Amino acid sequence: MSIWIGNDTRLVIQGITGREGSFHARQMIEYGTNVVAGVTPGKGGQQFEGTVPVFHTVAEAVAQAGANCSVIYVPPAMAAGAIQEAADAGIPLVICITEGVPVLDMTVVMPFLRERGVRLIGPNCPGMITPGEAKIGIIPGSICAGGPVGLVSRSGTLTYEVVNHLTRAGLGQSTCVGIGGDPIVGTDFIAVLGAFNDDPKTEAIVMIGEIGGTAEQEAAEFIRANVRKPVVGFVAGQTAPKGRRMGHAGAIISGSSGTAEEKFAAFEAAGMGIMRRPVDVVDLLKARMK
Amino acid sequence: MNLHEYQARDLLKAAGIPMFDGDVASTPSEAEAIARRIGGTVVVKAQVHSGGRGKAGGVKLARNPGEASECASQILGMTIKGLVVHKVLVVPAADIATESYVGLILDRATQRPVFMVSDAGGVDIEEVAAKTPEKITRLAVDPRYGLLPHQALRLALALYREWDHVKAATRIMQQLYKVFMANGASLAEINPLVTTPDGRVLALDAKISIDDNELDRRPDLAVLRDESAEEPSEVQARRANLTFIKLDGNVGCVVNGAGLAMATMDLVKYYGGEPANFLDIGGSSNPEKVINALKIITADPNVKVILFNIFGGITRTDDVANGIVAATRQFKVGVPIVIRLTGTNEQEAFRVLESAGMTAMNDMDAAVSKAVALAKEAA
Repeated sequence: MSIWIGNDTRLVIQGITGREGSFHARQMIEYGTNVVAGVTPGKGGQQFEGTVPVFHTVAEAVAQAGANCSVIYVPPAMAAGAIQEAADAGIPLVICITEGVPVLDMTVVMPFLRERGVRLIGPNCPGMITPGEAKIGIIPGSICAGGPVGLVSRSGTLTYEVVNHLTRAGLGQSTCVGIGGDPIVGTDFIAVLGAFNDDPKTEAIVMIGEIGGTAEQEAAEFIRANVRKPVVGFVAGQTAPKGRRMGHAGAIISGSSGTAEEKFAAFEAAGMGIMRRPVDVVDLLKARMK
Repeated sequence: MNLHEYQARDLLKAAGIPMFDGDVASTPSEAEAIARRIGGTVVVKAQVHSGGRGKAGGVKLARNPGEASECASQILGMTIKGLVVHKVLVVPAADIATESYVGLILDRATQRPVFMVSDAGGVDIEEVAAKTPEKITRLAVDPRYGLLPHQALRLALALYREWDHVKAATRIMQQLYKVFMANGASLAEINPLVTTPDGRVLALDAKISIDDNELDRRPDLAVLRDESAEEPSEVQARRANLTFIKLDGNVGCVVNGAGLAMATMDLVKYYGGEPANFLDIGGSSNPEKVINALKIITADPNVKVILFNIFGGITRTDDVANGIVAATRQFKVGVPIVIRLTGTNEQEAFRVLESAGMTAMNDMDAAVSKAVALAKEAA
């Protein structure tokens, strides 16, 4: 009951020996994720925690440990290279947790991935979890439970807040996906919404957006036209002050001011349930899933 | 990071883009000297990180050096959209035949740098874009290949028919693209790009924003940051690796993650309170960050209560708990603290707080309504 990750996921962790990488590697292993390898150039041949083989390269991790999914915890300046390395090694799903990746790097990474048919989640994202099967990234496993609700979010910790409400109310999750908050991300709302719509185990969908850009409006339009399951949505930043804007290009390119109200209006037009508070997710879903 | 107009001019000039003479001044006498050197009528322009300078009275015409000094003394020290003007740019009042718009931006949708050009340049370009979008020519550049010669030519032809103008503009498009890529920009704008009666094509005003994520690997760009042009508490926060925006309310907020921080502010408002700030302590936090966050927030005399809302993922809630305890031992916070912690290492976090005689809550709505109630009592 999931999209993209589950019991058949064989994970390699790029940056497994770093501070963040090792901490979250332990949490993923403890959760039951099938971590088959780690990668840190220069530390090939070591064992992480005495159980996970560490390789110099992702290609070795694929050849010798059969990795089919990668999660990245390397520093920002090295993140683009790490994503490309995973793609070149034949990994079809790459999840980049790293925050602070230069956006120009991503403009080159994206066509590289498209040519190789690789899906990237992130960067600057909390990762994914299919409760009871695989946790990839930093979403705390303890707050999730298996069930029929698919969740997609641009935010990190706000995702945990909403998941926590769902689980406490007995609404388990099929898969939770944090797509990341950067200007250029590998996977957008629409790709995840489409996958949830096609997933027989997902019965309802929660979408968590933020102010800025037009991704939520485009997703709402996709939902209106294609999604036949109940969807409820939240937009963070309803009270955010209007920023001091530089130049005109931002407004010209999107034709939008990207406010929360504009996005909520798009949600409403698409027939979605409107969450004014994170906790509202419970009542809205229960009413729509009857 | 936004650059000042004079800094953006320097980058464009270094790339060979033709511009009018001009220089930056911090005092009226410097402005006078620049005006004397340039000769004739000059424009004195406020250097602040905000649009709408002209409409705010931050751009003035001066017919001689004496007037330039007078204009500078009026503009220096004035406040535009909350920002104090510390510098002015003095440029010749150009004799202009036409004004065009040239913008280059990192576009989320196409995931590429996208040019937008229009022969209807000037301050009303957004209205032009909204009402007559066909007057804007767009072109997405594949960064693997760069701006190809025929693409630059197409952009120039959208602005001019006179071949000398077209040739000059073609070169400017390529130079602007180079500036954008070489400086890790997220926005580069020439508005207006002008032609003069004697047939030259020049950039009259320029805006450049640099992607903050570039600054770690580009110390040469990081030094362009002008901290005097920013809110002091925001500068202090950035030095402590925090993201902070000062607001007008009285509920101080310390949150991990931008989305949850915004949702926390939204909830403060929902329960009838007013947030005093946006503050994101970021991902991997250490106790020192929490101490700095508390120092910055308590410096605001409006703050009547401090609300922590921490949902641990990459952030370890015990780090935050240790930071709160250490801060309260280091200095007197002076206002009540409401703590909501949950997620990674939360049991350890609760133990740390309890052994210091503090309590924490698990529920966000309960914590926010308690903080709002305390703020109202104190107000």
